Amino acid sequence: MSDLLFHLFALLTVASALGVVFNKNAVASALCFLLSLVGVAGLFVLLDAFLLAVLLVLVYAGAVVALFLFIIMLLDMQGGDRKRFTKTTILSATVAGGLLLTGLVTFASHGLVETADPAAVKVVGSSLRAYAEQLFTVYLLPVQIVGFLLLIAMLGVIVLSKKFEGLEDVK
Amino acid sequence: MFPLPLATLSEAFTVTLNAYLYLAAVLFAVGFFGVLLRKNTLVIYMCLELMLVASTIALVAFSRYNGVLDGNVFVFFILTVAAAEVAVGLAIIVALFRRRQTVQVEELNALKN
Repeated sequence: MSDLLFHLFALLTVASALGVVFNKNAVASALCFLLSLVGVAGLFVLLDAFLLAVLLVLVYAGAVVALFLFIIMLLDMQGGDRKRFTKTTILSATVAGGLLLTGLVTFASHGLVETADPAAVKVVGSSLRAYAEQLFTVYLLPVQIVGFLLLIAMLGVIVLSKKFEGLEDVK
Repeated sequence: MFPLPLATLSEAFTVTLNAYLYLAAVLFAVGFFGVLLRKNTLVIYMCLELMLVASTIALVAFSRYNGVLDGNVFVFFILTVAAAEVAVGLAIIVALFRRRQTVQVEELNALKN
């Protein structure tokens, strides 16, 4: 049962990730991204990280993808005529792809990580109490810093989206 | 702790850690090639997010198979930072579009020469 669900969610995630890359339309890409995130949330549930699954759907699928769709429709950009890839791009893509493939193959052939039987490992990620204990004891300072970071990001976005007079366009 | 139907999912758990790591690697590769091959800044940004999500899968899987919570807490922070990052990044893209009327990367070459 768990096996089947893993393969199902993995397939959903990777297939819609490919959809993000290969769709010509940006809106379709964003919707594929949404589907991919749903697959990842399913994988999180299989890994007993229920809180993270809910948070992923709320924050990513709810806020981030909505923001993306909003901006895509606001900007209303047209693709225009598609330029061919330059030689440099093709070369670097080949090199990078080869490196990634080599890494994957090496990993698959003799990079196997040995772990205990997952059924024997104590599940700690499913209880909210454990998260609260960690966040308010060990990770208290990072929580504060992240809160501050969110404040700074909010101020930054307000400043960035303000219109400034007297700045001429850089063409 | 948690309602039973979900808790029973982990009873018959035969998927290995390596399967999750392969999945994370493949997802990261897909996002990477998206960044490399696409010309639309918004789609590139989406592919960047895809790479970030791929790394979170690996973190959660490591955490689950080692019986610790630190990976999960780290993913918690990654989600928060990613939300802030997306807001700022999209604001920059909107400001850019207001200036240049385009978000295609090959036309954004003001720093060239």
